[in-house]
Amino acid sequence: MAGDHDTITDARKAQLVRLLDHDCGACHGLEREGGLGPPLLPEDLRQRSREALVATILNGRPDTAMPPWRPFLTRAEARWLVDYLRAGRSDLSQMTQR
Amino acid sequence: MRKPGEDPSRPMRRRLLAALLLLTAAPVWAGDCLTRGTGDLGVVIERAAGSLRVVDVGARRELFRVEDLGDLSHASVVFSPDQRYAFVFGRDGALSKVDLLCGRVIERIKQAGNSIGGAISQDGDLVAVSNYEPGGVRIFRASDLEPVTRIPATYDDDKRAKVVGLVDAPGERFVFSLYEAGAIWVADLSNPGSPEVERFEDVGRKPYDGLVDGRGRYYIAGLFGEDGLALLDLWQTGQGVRRILDDYGRGDQRLPVYKMPHLEGWALTDEHAFIPAVGRHALLVVDRDTWQEVKRIELPGQPVFAVARPDGRQVWVNFAHPDNDTLRVIDVASLEVVEALDPGPGVLHMEFTPKGEAVWVSVRDDDAVHVYDTASFERVAELEAKTPSGIFFTHRAHEIGR
Repeated sequence: MAGDHDTITDARKAQLVRLLDHDCGACHGLEREGGLGPPLLPEDLRQRSREALVATILNGRPDTAMPPWRPFLTRAEARWLVDYLRAGRSDLSQMTQR
Repeated sequence: MRKPGEDPSRPMRRRLLAALLLLTAAPVWAGDCLTRGTGDLGVVIERAAGSLRVVDVGARRELFRVEDLGDLSHASVVFSPDQRYAFVFGRDGALSKVDLLCGRVIERIKQAGNSIGGAISQDGDLVAVSNYEPGGVRIFRASDLEPVTRIPATYDDDKRAKVVGLVDAPGERFVFSLYEAGAIWVADLSNPGSPEVERFEDVGRKPYDGLVDGRGRYYIAGLFGEDGLALLDLWQTGQGVRRILDDYGRGDQRLPVYKMPHLEGWALTDEHAFIPAVGRHALLVVDRDTWQEVKRIELPGQPVFAVARPDGRQVWVNFAHPDNDTLRVIDVASLEVVEALDPGPGVLHMEFTPKGEAVWVSVRDDDAVHVYDTASFERVAELEAKTPSGIFFTHRAHEIGR
């Protein structure tokens, strides 16, 4: 898993976390417990396939309020976000330092 | 202090008691609190820190910082009629009552799993909260936050809808929309224990927020699931909900929406309503008599808030990601953009002073609130705040729907 994320710098990871907290958080909650959008807690996301989640982030979901984030994220960055979300907030320092 | 039956012939002891009370009580009861008016106070939400700052609007300075308020992403605030207390609605379902003169939380309850906003009743006695989980509205006594009643947002027999766009309206009513159900409900709380609910179905797909005009007559719900808006005349609810502007997209491709517009701030001036076009880089100018579009103002991003200066002469607009670093000012006389300001990334909210000479702008990524003079557009002050979002001034206490 670490190998996947080697290309993302720590500075970019910090930006991604900021995006997650503030822009994703607008619908999914700052604590990711849900809002207009569903919760993004580890137990919710671990049940779904990683690639399906990556596709949802990049392409959005038709007929819902979830927009495509492809203009702002690479596939590698979307994967990193999925792994980050599945690991839960406590693993933040570990993942950004890696 | 003396009870009716107490022996009055011991003045010495009473004086001693009074002196003791002064010594011990003064720092606790009065020392921490301010003695001043509350008409120009305000609250700045610090969304990530779960705290808020109580501010002196006229002096442009902070008075208190109040912490431990939970998840305040998307928090909103209403005020008691005496403008002393702020009711803070947290994303995590918490409802807190903050004493602005003492800078502390005096009541706090966790009333739902997930909520989105609230309102205070016409007479100030009831506070209503709109909840996502479980979907519905709960009503509390403003004095002590004791539960009064609940209105589950049930549809299709057993499903619960997320409740959005909750506002107060004259006649001790609350009006709100049901996101999944495509409905608007009007609840009359004249008899607080047993609300009478009038239900309007099929108002349009996915109403995502609502507002009421300053007279409390028209309730408008914005639709996410289709173009257009749902309009309800609260003077004549028997006429039902009417669709307006349902052709504003005219079949063109809607852009992805990275942040829902917020209707609470929709600018309603005497003649016009200024309405963000969902998924488009434009503000619609609508005639308030005919509810027809009279002009479309092209903008650099998707509008989130479009708020009118209290005198109705200007409308200030901020934008969704990735254009949330900039502001535009529209002159209402000419319906043209007359000023562009670039406060920096994360411009989340704007609040005008009661008479509109200044506007406070929260700039999330700058950890600051910028204060602009609305005549010169100069930045005249800056206040520190951690990831500030909503700004709410106490003059809202006397405005319908705010």
